Amino acid sequence: MGTAAFDEIMGASSVDGARPELRDLCRWLADTPDGELRRRQQSAETTFRQLGITFAVYGESEAGERIIPFDIVPRVFLADEWARLSEGLVQRVEAINAFLVDIYGDQKILRDGVLPADLILGNAQFRPEIAGIRPPHDVWAHICGIDLVRTGPDDFFVLEDNARTPSGVSYMLENREAMVRLCPELFSKFRVAAVDSYPDRLLETMRSVAPRGCGGPRPTCVVLTPGHYNSAYYEHSFLADSMGVELVEAADLVVDDDVVYMRTIDGRVRVDVIYRRVDDDYLDPLVFRPDSMLGVPGLIAAYAAGNVAILNAPGNGIADDKAIYSYMPEIVKYYSGSDARLPNVETYRCREPQALKYVLDHLDQLVVKLVDGSGGYGMLVGPTASSAEIERFRAALVAAPERYIAQPTLALSTVPTLVEQGVAPRHVDFRPFVLTGAKGVQVVPGGLTRVALREGSLVVNSSQGGGTKDSFVLMDEPHGMTQTMGNMTQTLGQGQR
Amino acid sequence: MLSRTAASLYWLGRYVERADFVARLIEATLRLDVLSPRSAGEDAWRTALAVSETADAFTAGGHTLSREEVAHFLLADSTHPGSILRCLAMARDNARAVRTALSREAWQAINGAWLIFDQRIGRLDPTAVLGVVDAVKAETRGFEGAVHRMLRNQTTSFIRLGQAVERTDNTARLLDVKYHILLPEGERVGGTVDRDQWTTILQTVSAVTAFRWLYNDGLNPTNVIDLLLSRAELPRSLAASTEETVAALTALARASGTQGEADRMARTRQARVARTRTGDVIAAGLHQHLQSLIVENAQLHDAIGRQFKFH
Repeated sequence: MGTAAFDEIMGASSVDGARPELRDLCRWLADTPDGELRRRQQSAETTFRQLGITFAVYGESEAGERIIPFDIVPRVFLADEWARLSEGLVQRVEAINAFLVDIYGDQKILRDGVLPADLILGNAQFRPEIAGIRPPHDVWAHICGIDLVRTGPDDFFVLEDNARTPSGVSYMLENREAMVRLCPELFSKFRVAAVDSYPDRLLETMRSVAPRGCGGPRPTCVVLTPGHYNSAYYEHSFLADSMGVELVEAADLVVDDDVVYMRTIDGRVRVDVIYRRVDDDYLDPLVFRPDSMLGVPGLIAAYAAGNVAILNAPGNGIADDKAIYSYMPEIVKYYSGSDARLPNVETYRCREPQALKYVLDHLDQLVVKLVDGSGGYGMLVGPTASSAEIERFRAALVAAPERYIAQPTLALSTVPTLVEQGVAPRHVDFRPFVLTGAKGVQVVPGGLTRVALREGSLVVNSSQGGGTKDSFVLMDEPHGMTQTMGNMTQTLGQGQR
Repeated sequence: MLSRTAASLYWLGRYVERADFVARLIEATLRLDVLSPRSAGEDAWRTALAVSETADAFTAGGHTLSREEVAHFLLADSTHPGSILRCLAMARDNARAVRTALSREAWQAINGAWLIFDQRIGRLDPTAVLGVVDAVKAETRGFEGAVHRMLRNQTTSFIRLGQAVERTDNTARLLDVKYHILLPEGERVGGTVDRDQWTTILQTVSAVTAFRWLYNDGLNPTNVIDLLLSRAELPRSLAASTEETVAALTALARASGTQGEADRMARTRQARVARTRTGDVIAAGLHQHLQSLIVENAQLHDAIGRQFKFH
């Protein structure tokens, strides 16, 4: 499997040599000694540790905080590749939004028989408490992370939609900072689209969806975090910091007469827009989890009254559930009127008896996932699993087939990566970030590339030992100074804060 | 500013100051024990525990009084909240909770101080202890420098306020304990002095050289007490700490346009400290004077919490 994979820089096979557009990158790789690459990589990781760009691994009491390994060799998208990819992403996210509007509204898609009703209504991710509420400007999935894999030059597949609280955007920004500092020569060789406008775009998105009639042209925006023990806390603080808004915890917020306030040293201040990085379950104990002490009592009532915008909207889980995923081609077609530009990975719904039979017969060739699992937990990778693991999953599948989907193992593309033995191909995936505001959908030219550092491994999750790379999106226009200048400005700006 | 943010900044200031104080206390005690010609031995370490108010915790932990044990207890013991390790962990916890309010430099100094203890630290010889203490002092100094270069807004005011309140407490306890031990009842101030012991006090507040600049007539207890009580030129004196407390509160009042209970208490106290004459205090009883300052400082701490709605 590893030998047949498409390498995004070297091409389909080593015989062809590099892809023509990326010869300069190959030359750079060949000309820079491994020792020098390693020195730069370590320098980046030292910076990340000093800055505290860490994540916590659940269930590991000892480690507490770790940094995600950073790889110095960038991954590159050509301008035309990116243009096609963006069109597909916009189409998909527009469909996700339309689906959410519909499913919590008229449910036309169910009445038209495109989806089985029990798939939605019997799904734990469907929140009847939310039905009938219309978020400001009818936007639900403001910030989406669409996980993609690639098997050839033009063969991209959506592996997973993340329409709840996708994380990783801080790595996109910090990895770029590190690359600009450590490998400036690459930015004079290539015209790379800047990603540093992301926080501005996010803030613009937040402001655009503020409830109508809220406090003036400058609505008060906040980022809501579960707190500094959360694994993605660095990112929450990073985003609040780069947007210049308050980072609040649930205990900082109070709802009075359906209006949300934050507690400050000068008293209460009204809040108009909340970018929450907290799961639905812990948003409002009055609605979702009466047993929970966490959350902001009354928040959903304020939201229903139209007094506050919540990004992403509560109830979004129904759009990125793995059981729904397999219907995404139908969903995209239903709302956009045309075929999905970005295909799904072929998916067997184990809830269907025929599919279950096929899956059980081919467990050693398939990837089996829990429909409500994430982070690489509760997952079987057939080709590399032990027979004991396979038998464990077989039993679980038979016991509760509706909890699982299965997919063929794909020959994921590789990108040269600095490993112990030198530079070698490693499998990657990709998470671009898509923003939807009142004025439409935009794709940030970049994203999070995750890389499986172990040879042959297909599991890229950071909790499973994966690393990250910078993702260059090349621009079409002739070579110019813009990007370098842009980055210089950014660096100076950050120094002043 | 969020009330929770304000509370974290205030506590951040307190914990960094406390870590720095304990570091200097360990350093000075080590000198007294190891480096002075007439080694003070166990007494030096017993005093260090008393000054940091950790004697009970030390005994409760089943430790035996020795240089290695006390140095480790104050430096890197993870089981009691007074150790530098725990102070820095708490400082970092608070800093993490307010990441957005701090500059990168300020955060890096706190994180750097915490990373000193990344590797488990066991019992160390004096040179190694001094090495760790120096590293801690360098990072806390770096933090103060970074805070100094941050915007002069509410953020820095709350950190400064925490530092000033903590510093008042530390200096008062240092002077109280040392004075108590050095001058057992019946002995007159000005009698034979233990030079090494009095020097230790000065070292703990980084004032050995400052003392020489300010007083020409040599090391005598009255002068040391005078320096720590009423010389506002010395940043760690009670005069300077109470003044700094007022300054931080005044800056906050200017930003919010309102004043409260804490402002009144701090101003009253500062005026009284400024009027205080060292001779009178010694005559009337230094111990009582310092004890009432410590109690008053704790009351001020509570008033600050109420005024800025910390809870």
